[in-house]
Amino acid sequence: MADSQLRRTMLYVPGNMPSMLQNVPLFKCDSVIIDLEDAVNYAEKDAARNLVRRFLQSWKVRDKELLVRINPLYTKWGHDDLKAILPEMPDAIRFPMCETAELALELDAELAKYESANGLEIGHFGILPSIETVKSVLNAYAIATSTKRIYALAFGAEDYTASMGIARTNSGEDLMHPRMMIVMAARAAGIQAIDTVFSDINDMEGLRKETELVKRLGYSGKSLVNPRQIDIIHEAFAPRQADIDYALEVVEAIKQAQQLGTGVISLKGKMVDAPIVKRAINTLQLAYAQGLVDTPVDEEILNG
Amino acid sequence: MVKNSLGREIPESFNGKAYIPYKDPHSIVPETFHIQRASRILKRNYSGSSKVVGGLREAIIASGLKDGMTISTHHHLRNGDRLLNDLVKEIDALGIRDIRIASSSIHIVHAELIPYIRKGVITALECGVNGPIGEQISKGELECPIVVRSHGGRARSVISGEVPIDVAFLAAPYCDEYGNFNGFYGPSACGSLGYAMVDAQYARKVVAVTDNLVPFPALPFTIAQNIVDIVATVDSLGDPKKIVSSTTKLTKDPMGLQIAKYAAMVIDASGYLKNGFSFQTGTGGISLAVAGHVRDMMRERKIKGSFGCGGITGFFVDMLDEGLFEGLFDVQCFDLKAVESIGRNRKHQEMSAGLYANPFNMGAVVNRLDCAILSATEIDVNFNVNVNTESSGLLLHNTGGHCDVANGAKISIIVCPSIRGRLPMVRDEVTTITTPGETVGVVITERGIAVNNHLPELKAELIRRRAPVKDIHQLRDEIYAVTGAPKPVEFTDKVVGLIEYLDGTIIDTVRTVRA
Repeated sequence: MADSQLRRTMLYVPGNMPSMLQNVPLFKCDSVIIDLEDAVNYAEKDAARNLVRRFLQSWKVRDKELLVRINPLYTKWGHDDLKAILPEMPDAIRFPMCETAELALELDAELAKYESANGLEIGHFGILPSIETVKSVLNAYAIATSTKRIYALAFGAEDYTASMGIARTNSGEDLMHPRMMIVMAARAAGIQAIDTVFSDINDMEGLRKETELVKRLGYSGKSLVNPRQIDIIHEAFAPRQADIDYALEVVEAIKQAQQLGTGVISLKGKMVDAPIVKRAINTLQLAYAQGLVDTPVDEEILNG
Repeated sequence: MVKNSLGREIPESFNGKAYIPYKDPHSIVPETFHIQRASRILKRNYSGSSKVVGGLREAIIASGLKDGMTISTHHHLRNGDRLLNDLVKEIDALGIRDIRIASSSIHIVHAELIPYIRKGVITALECGVNGPIGEQISKGELECPIVVRSHGGRARSVISGEVPIDVAFLAAPYCDEYGNFNGFYGPSACGSLGYAMVDAQYARKVVAVTDNLVPFPALPFTIAQNIVDIVATVDSLGDPKKIVSSTTKLTKDPMGLQIAKYAAMVIDASGYLKNGFSFQTGTGGISLAVAGHVRDMMRERKIKGSFGCGGITGFFVDMLDEGLFEGLFDVQCFDLKAVESIGRNRKHQEMSAGLYANPFNMGAVVNRLDCAILSATEIDVNFNVNVNTESSGLLLHNTGGHCDVANGAKISIIVCPSIRGRLPMVRDEVTTITTPGETVGVVITERGIAVNNHLPELKAELIRRRAPVKDIHQLRDEIYAVTGAPKPVEFTDKVVGLIEYLDGTIIDTVRTVRA
């Protein structure tokens, strides 16, 4: 089952821009992805690596999930990126151009090597593979299940459309099939799916519509490049009041059942099983993050 | 030198005049200074003939301007103003010297006055300045004593006669030959003439200077024929493109937007955002973004506000037209939409600087403000705010209505990025105190919200709403962790300017920087 970490907004921050890095602690996104790959010109790869490393050393109180997008391991920069970044303990590596399970396993092995050499638990670092070519879309399930480090699949539409030889449109029919493939593969593997960047930063209505769409499809969040998009995405992912009310009733029913020591729980004549509880908790987490309920939900009730 | 209540050393006298050090925001009254309303001699003009005397030179001669006198202009034409520059050139050409300038503000365009200061044509500035003149004075490169006043403070000083204006040369964008004029129409239309209204009432001689002489009567008038002595005509009052601000736009900077969002949270939590709400905000990108949030909340909750105030932008005009406010009080129009609105809508009320913010009367409009958004060049851990000097120590900005609004509004909210360049904006001490911390309610940077101690309920409510409330010392520490603690700029002992509080006491001084 997918972990319960909120990943509504995964914000890319270029690794070569001090002014942006400085604001990383201030962005109200769920995750930040510091980019050493596409955002950084080949001539600045080493400088960006140093800058990011220094920044991470100074960022002591981390209040959001931290990922670093490294260069692919088949480039001459990928391994150096890892060497520079892992000591600063990111939560996960955003892994570009992950077309096959083998590529994912190669990174898995590199991470395991570092973990065992440094006394870290194996599996400490997560992997978020970018599914951004036709080939990777077709291999999505194999990639998703290749290693336990992979907690989500992230769709990358720009490279995908390029690999298909088509142009990206705002209406999105061109992306419907890969979106479905990816979210299905992810859900089948019990992990989250993260949608692609919405690139028109001045079209907030388009962003809202697209976010609502991918939410309905089963995505947990979106990658984004502009912090101005954070609020819109969070609003789109906010649960409806009816869902919040229902979730609160479910949690209350569970608590009562636990006090009474009954195993089977029913609410308004319907049986409440683990997936319903899980969904209720997820709803309340989203609601809390959005300021719609005052107290955070206690996940322990799942274990009761 | 004596220390005022904020610990700033103040000279007992400056440029031959005695001053009282700042004490607190509210206890000073007119009796403290033994002042009354200034008197003006009565005149009789039985002629119905035209008052047009010719151009500027003829007007100067006709006004009787002599060595040692004080003149004023208004700054509604802002950085597009040509009048003050042309006027001083003519004054020089007539051989007149030792003139004091008591304009409502001086802008970058008026750097042209610098040679005339050096030459002794201008020997004192009874007003704040924006740009190069202040810069050169604070570098010690230019000698010209300067007293910086807020909009309300300036109105007070003119109305009380503390700064007697001998001749006011008032740019009049729509004017008739007998001296009725307004700012609504014409090539140099600037909308409200709020800063000129006080001068027209209290100057010994009033000259209306127009580039748009229209047939009598120029209606509706803002300033009427019965107080105007002379009318002068010129080719142009200024560059219309620079008269109104560059189109006012919401910020797109993510950190600026974050600040705006926090400011909206504060307004929402203040309890004032309900029917009858009154609000003032500036024209900066962050201020406008705050206004955007306020508008959205008012729309959503069907709130009918009381009034919007201050320098008025198209943003406020739209809110008025939409019915979100009962009216607007406008001392100054900031864009063409505001100019157009004030000329057609009676609920868009022109207001004098005296009505706006003079503390010595039976109630200024700022007293009726619930929430006001203000900016800062620096803020200190005692909530004192600087808007006059920058961290370089150079005097670059006029006060505007800053301390007036902070003094009057129920909650004054300072919005400011936490870092500019590499410098921290929340510091141990500000370079110059413009507005005392006692009158500042809330300081907002992108790193969080600091609430002053006199608003404990607001603070509690913001915490309840999970807003990022921080002690101001904590805010400073977080910023210093990035920037380091700045080494203070070094100053000489030479006082070149005073920062006057709205009540006429001296809150701080400007000294020359030690290079």
